[in-house]
Amino acid sequence: MARKVSTRRKVVMTAIAWTLGILIFFPILWTFLTSFKTEADAIASPPQFLFFHWTTESYAEVQSRSNYLSHFMNSVIISFGSTLIGLIIAIPAAWAMAFSPTKRTKDLLMWMLSTKMMPPVGALIPIYLLFRNSGLLDSRFGLVIVLTLINLPIIVWMLYTYFKEIPGEILEAARMDGASLLKEIIYVLTPMAVPGIASTLLLNIILAWNEAFWTLNLSASKAAPLTAFIASYSSPEGLFYAKLSAASTMAIAPILILGWFSQKQLVRGLTFGAVK
Amino acid sequence: MGSITLQKVSKVFGEAKVIPSIDLDIKDGEFVVFVGPSGCGKSTLLRLIAGLEDVSGGNIVIDGKDATEKAPSERGLAMVFQSYALYPHMSVRNNIAFPLKMAGVDKAEIDRKVADAARVLNLTDYLERKPRQLSGGQRQRVAIGRAIVRQPSAFLFDEPLSNLDAALRVNMRLEISELHQQLKTTMIYVTHDQVEAMTMADKIVVLNRGNIEQVGSPLELYHKPRNLFVAGFIGSPKMNFVKGQYAAQLGAPTIGVRPEHVLLSTEGGDWKGKVMVAEHLGADTFLHVDVEGIDHVTARGGGDFPAKAGDVVYLTPDKTRIHKFNEGGLAI
Repeated sequence: MARKVSTRRKVVMTAIAWTLGILIFFPILWTFLTSFKTEADAIASPPQFLFFHWTTESYAEVQSRSNYLSHFMNSVIISFGSTLIGLIIAIPAAWAMAFSPTKRTKDLLMWMLSTKMMPPVGALIPIYLLFRNSGLLDSRFGLVIVLTLINLPIIVWMLYTYFKEIPGEILEAARMDGASLLKEIIYVLTPMAVPGIASTLLLNIILAWNEAFWTLNLSASKAAPLTAFIASYSSPEGLFYAKLSAASTMAIAPILILGWFSQKQLVRGLTFGAVK
Repeated sequence: MGSITLQKVSKVFGEAKVIPSIDLDIKDGEFVVFVGPSGCGKSTLLRLIAGLEDVSGGNIVIDGKDATEKAPSERGLAMVFQSYALYPHMSVRNNIAFPLKMAGVDKAEIDRKVADAARVLNLTDYLERKPRQLSGGQRQRVAIGRAIVRQPSAFLFDEPLSNLDAALRVNMRLEISELHQQLKTTMIYVTHDQVEAMTMADKIVVLNRGNIEQVGSPLELYHKPRNLFVAGFIGSPKMNFVKGQYAAQLGAPTIGVRPEHVLLSTEGGDWKGKVMVAEHLGADTFLHVDVEGIDHVTARGGGDFPAKAGDVVYLTPDKTRIHKFNEGGLAI
């Protein structure tokens, strides 16, 4: 419903929104700017905002010191791999819960979500030992498995809320029209759920890409993704803000670009079901 | 062929016995309407016939063969849903073609049948559109098109007109009746609207709390309701029920008289009352009258009957059209 909003109110609200937006974005902007400074400029006091000596020496340094491409490929494999396996497990699970729920479905969903409330460090030692004993430490395969399991509750929840929005009558109509279960899934269910599956996929790739706790603790060098690449520049021996910033910028750039191009899909996915 | 027989069909949801036990015969080519108040089990009964719900007991026989255990797709029935349930990602053409595609009909045959159905339903110009680009009435026609292309042995309609506005509803009612005349296929139609039931049905099944109250032609139900429930449900406005002394004089605990069978006069009659509300519809006038010693009575007069709220009028029930009911509510 349209409400009457005074111009003054509009101006104030817009100003607040911009302030908040800039505040949230500022750390990323600062990281980006710092990555183009010399180490001396990076720790200068007072800090220099734009008028410093712009240089790409940190990027060159980072490039020569570590193998960015290898970390990048590890991140891609771990985030895409865990997301795809997660989807393959979660789609049938979410279908079952959305379209033939039982008395326990709600409890099951809550239980799945509750696993996300436990601090991961609580499970670190058992998982570390399991990984060590089965030789999965510092392997991409191991990280794919652990990230699949970590994010599975979120994937199932997102898909479940999506599938819930598909009217049951349409599926019944397909059944009346002579469609077998498989044809019903291929011709009716999947095309209608594609937007939901796509945004679940995108969000989960971002979550897996940014996941640091498990990737840092369970990998060393071979399977280390970009999170480990950043961490390797935050050493207690010295302050290398410029190089750390350059590494961070390189690590978040791919996912930022992916997010930028899919923002419409993401917003739709995250707010889906909120308004009906 | 499209005969359907229900034998002691029952349905239980958890603790609730939605349908205790129903026996019903539907002949090939009949237009049968299930009518009743909301929650009477009419939609559930239709879904049982469709196979979208499993029966808890009894058998469903379609064309002489037991179909109780068959999947919806194997029963040879087509259904039109209240929400239309069109496939939103498909064009009108593909929506109508879907059942044929599922049946493995070849492309040329599909095209021909879709074109035929579109012509019958005035959808030819809309075949390439998506359902969201259509009006309510057009969507309803697409849903009907999707049902007719497959030439099912029976059509099931689940309150198909309840999402349409009043004028369109009257039109679509006629179109569905015409379709039945053309196709001569069995149709089972669920509605809570007794006007739809009266105007369309060959046979009306009045349901209440999961039980069949009466089965009969519209006029049978109108003239010879079996009990108080049917008498009150069929006919608009509702039949007046009178108890007490007046009923006792006529030899029954309860009598019923329809508003159209009450003679109105400003000069004299059996009952004297005060008009509470006068509804002038143009062709008719409905007066809601508070009658001394009887309570509320509705009467129909001519469109020009001069009465307004607060006026005193006289009512005389037509003695030949009075329905009598016993203590248990059954017609005598």
